[in-house]
Amino acid sequence: MKKVIVLGATSAIAQATVRLLAARGASLYLVGRNAENLEAVARDASTRGAPKVEFRALDLNDCEAHASLVERAWQALGGLDGVVLAHGVLGDQDESQRSWAAAELVLRTNFLSAASLLTELANRFEAQKAGTLVVISSVAGDRGRQSNYVYGASKGALSVFLQGLRNRLAKSGVAVVTVKPGFVDTPMTAHVPKNKLFASPEQVARGLLKAADARKNEVYVPGFWALIMLIIRSIPEPVFKRLKL
Amino acid sequence: MSPPDSWGRFPRVEQQARPLVWRSDALPSGERSLLPHGLGRSYGDSCLNAGGTLLLTSGLDRLIDFDPTTGVVRCEAGVSLDTLLRLCAPRGWFLPVTPGTKFVTVGGAIANDVHGKNHHRSGTFGRHVRRFELLRSDGSRRMCSAEENPDWFGATVGGLGLTGLVTWAEVQLVPIRNPFVVQETVPFENLDGFFRVSRESEADHEFTVAWVDCLARGRKLGRGLFYRGNFAPSQFERLPLVKSHLSHGSGLAVPMDLPAFCLNRLSVAAFNLLYYHRQRGRPSRHLVHYDPFFYPLDAVHGWNRIYGSRGFLQFQCVVPHATARDAVKEVLERSARGGLPSFLSVLKTFGDLPSPGWMSFPRPGITLAMDFANRGEKTWRLVEDLDRVTREAGGAVYPAKDARMSPESFAAYFPQRERFASYLDPAFSSSFWRRVNPVSLPLPSLEGRGDGAVPPASLLALR
Ligand SMILES: Cc1cc2nc3c(=O)[nH]c(=O)nc-3n(C[C@H](O)[C@H](O)[C@H](O)COP(=O)(O)OP(=O)(O)OC[C@H]3O[C@@H](n4cnc5c(N)ncnc54)[C@H](O)[C@@H]3O)c2cc1C
Repeated sequence: MKKVIVLGATSAIAQATVRLLAARGASLYLVGRNAENLEAVARDASTRGAPKVEFRALDLNDCEAHASLVERAWQALGGLDGVVLAHGVLGDQDESQRSWAAAELVLRTNFLSAASLLTELANRFEAQKAGTLVVISSVAGDRGRQSNYVYGASKGALSVFLQGLRNRLAKSGVAVVTVKPGFVDTPMTAHVPKNKLFASPEQVARGLLKAADARKNEVYVPGFWALIMLIIRSIPEPVFKRLKL
Repeated sequence: MSPPDSWGRFPRVEQQARPLVWRSDALPSGERSLLPHGLGRSYGDSCLNAGGTLLLTSGLDRLIDFDPTTGVVRCEAGVSLDTLLRLCAPRGWFLPVTPGTKFVTVGGAIANDVHGKNHHRSGTFGRHVRRFELLRSDGSRRMCSAEENPDWFGATVGGLGLTGLVTWAEVQLVPIRNPFVVQETVPFENLDGFFRVSRESEADHEFTVAWVDCLARGRKLGRGLFYRGNFAPSQFERLPLVKSHLSHGSGLAVPMDLPAFCLNRLSVAAFNLLYYHRQRGRPSRHLVHYDPFFYPLDAVHGWNRIYGSRGFLQFQCVVPHATARDAVKEVLERSARGGLPSFLSVLKTFGDLPSPGWMSFPRPGITLAMDFANRGEKTWRLVEDLDRVTREAGGAVYPAKDARMSPESFAAYFPQRERFASYLDPAFSSSFWRRVNPVSLPLPSLEGRGDGAVPPASLLALR
C-alpha cells in the first residue's frame, strides 16, 4: 500500500496505522470529522516521512458525499492502492434499546456509511485490478450479546458484507482484509476498566498491517481472540441465551 | 487505568488519571486539582497529585514539524526524547541536552528543566527551548518564548508542571556527524582526583560525568571512574568498538519486585568493587554508540523494581564550588556510614550558564546523585542529614529526585519561589508542592503511604 486513503483517521487505531504507513513512505489521504485534529495527524505523518499527506474534514455519515470524496482522494494522490477503513462508534446499548435514533446512528456509522464507501472504492479497485481494502470490524460482530448487540449487529453486517466483497473481488486480484480487534485501550473505551485482554492501538496497527501485507482474509488482533471467539460461537443457542454476556 | 507511580515508587498515593488526546482540547474542569504527568520518570512526588487528577500527556505525542536544514523540531509535549532521537539522529541531529534516560517527555524535560552530561557546555534543556504553548485552566493559551510572554516562559521552565499545561514546544537540536561517541574512561583514586580530572576534562570534552564507589573510605574516599566524551567526527581513527550487550530493545526487563535480600550491603559492595576494578586502574578510549553512552540504564526496563515494593529514595544535590570539597566529602562519608550504601552514585560539575527558568535546579558547582533503598526510619534520617549538609553548604536539592525535603529547605534552595508562586495555575497542584508549602494544606503524612514506609513521626518533627 503506497497510496492510501484512511477513513476515520483521528481514531486511535487509525493514527497508529498512519504512523507505520508514514514511516514506510506511503502517501496518505486522511478523512475525519475534526479539521484541527486531522491536521495534527497529517503533520505528524509528514514529519515521520510520508512524502505526501492531504486531509479532508467530513462527516462520513453523509453518504451523498462519498463519491466526490473518493474522486478527490484519487486526484490528490494520483490513484489509490490501499484503503484503511477505521471510522466507527461504540454507542450506548441502553440508549440504543430506548431510542431507535440512537441505534440507527450506530448502524449508519458502522455499517451503512462503510458499505457505501466500500462500494465506491471496490468498483475502482476492481477496474484497476489491484489494491488492498483493510476494514476494521470487531469481535463483537461474531455473536450477538445482550450487552452490545446493536454495535455487534453493525459490525456483524460489515463482516458479512466484506465476505461477499472478497468473494466478488478475488478474481480481480483485490485483497479484502477484515480485521477483528478485541478490546483496545483507546479514548472510545476510556470509561471501561482495563484488564489483560486490552491491546494497545499500536499493537492492533502492527497486526493490521501484517495482515494487509500478507493479504489475509480475516484476522483477529491480538490473535488469541480467534480462540476466544471460537469458543463463544460454539456455545449452543439454548445455553447462550441464558448467559449474562 | 491504574494510576501511575513515580519512578522511585514512593510515595504511593490515590489519584485519578485523565488521558489527554488533542492539544486543541480544553482542560477538564472540576473540584479536583490537576497536574500534568509525562512518563513518570521523576523519582519522588513532584509528578504525583494525591487526591487530585493527573493529566496523562502520553496521547499528546504527535510531531508537528522538523526542519533537517536548521535542526528545529516542533512537537506535542507528550513526545518522548526517544521518539525525537529516532527522528533526528539518522538525519544528523541530536538533542541539545539529555538526561540519563530517553524515556522522558518534552513537557517533563521543560517542567524540570533537565540537565545532562554537557551542562558545563550547554546548560539546561530550557536554554534550547525556543518556544511553547501554555494552556491554563481558564482556557487561555499563551505562546511563550524569550520575546513573547517571557515571564511565563521563565516561570514554566523548571516550573514543576504548576503553571499550566505545555501543549507543544519547539526545540533547537544540535548537529552531529555520526551517532558514535569517542569515550574515555579515567580512574581517579579519591575526591581530589575527581576535581583534578574534572578540571582537566572540561575544556576539551562535551560530555563529562563520574561514577563514584560510595563504599570506599579513608584515603580512597570518593574514588571512581571519570567518563568523558565527544561525538566522533565524520572521519575517525580506528578505536576498539564497545559492543553493548544490553542495548535498547534487548527486551531485558525486571519482571517483578525483587525481595529485599537481593540488595544488601554485600551485593552493593561486590558490585562497586567489580565495577571499579574492571578498569584495572588504566585510562581507556573507546568508540560507543550514543545509546549505551547516554542511556546505560534504559537497557534494563523497569530497573527501579530491584528496590522492591517499598521503593527507593534518590538524593541529588548541588553545592557551590567554594564549599564543594568539604560538602561532597561529608555526604559521601555519611552515606557510607549510615545504612545501606547507594548502588549508583554520580558526580558531575555544573557550569555557570544560567537557565531562563526561575525555579531551575542546576547552578554552578558540583552535583552528586545517589539512590537509597527505602528502609524506613534509618534511610529517612540519613537523607535528612544529607539535606542538612547541602543546606549548610549553600547548595540545593533537585525536586525531580525528591520525596522528602522540608518546606524550610525548599525555601532556602529556591529563592525565587515567591515570584514563581504568583504564576501558579489556581487549578493545578502536586503532592510535592503541598508538601513544601504546608501553610496552604496539611502535611502529606496522611496521603496513603505504603505500610512500612511511613516517615517516622520523629522526622516530621525535624521539619
Ligand atoms: C534513569 C533516570 C535518569 C535520569 N537522569 C537525569 C539527568 O541526568 N538529569 C536530569 O535533569 N534529570 C534526570 N532524571 C529525571 C528526569 O529527567 C525528570 O524527572 C523528567 O522531568 C521526567 O520527565 P517525565 O516526562 O517522565 O515527566 P514526569 O516525571 O511525569 O513529570 C515531571 C514534571 O513535569 C511536569 N509535566 C509533564 N508534562 C508536562 C506538560 N506537558 N506541561 C507542563 N508540565 C508537565 C509534571 O507535572 C511534573 O512536574 C532521570 C530520571 C531517570 C529515571
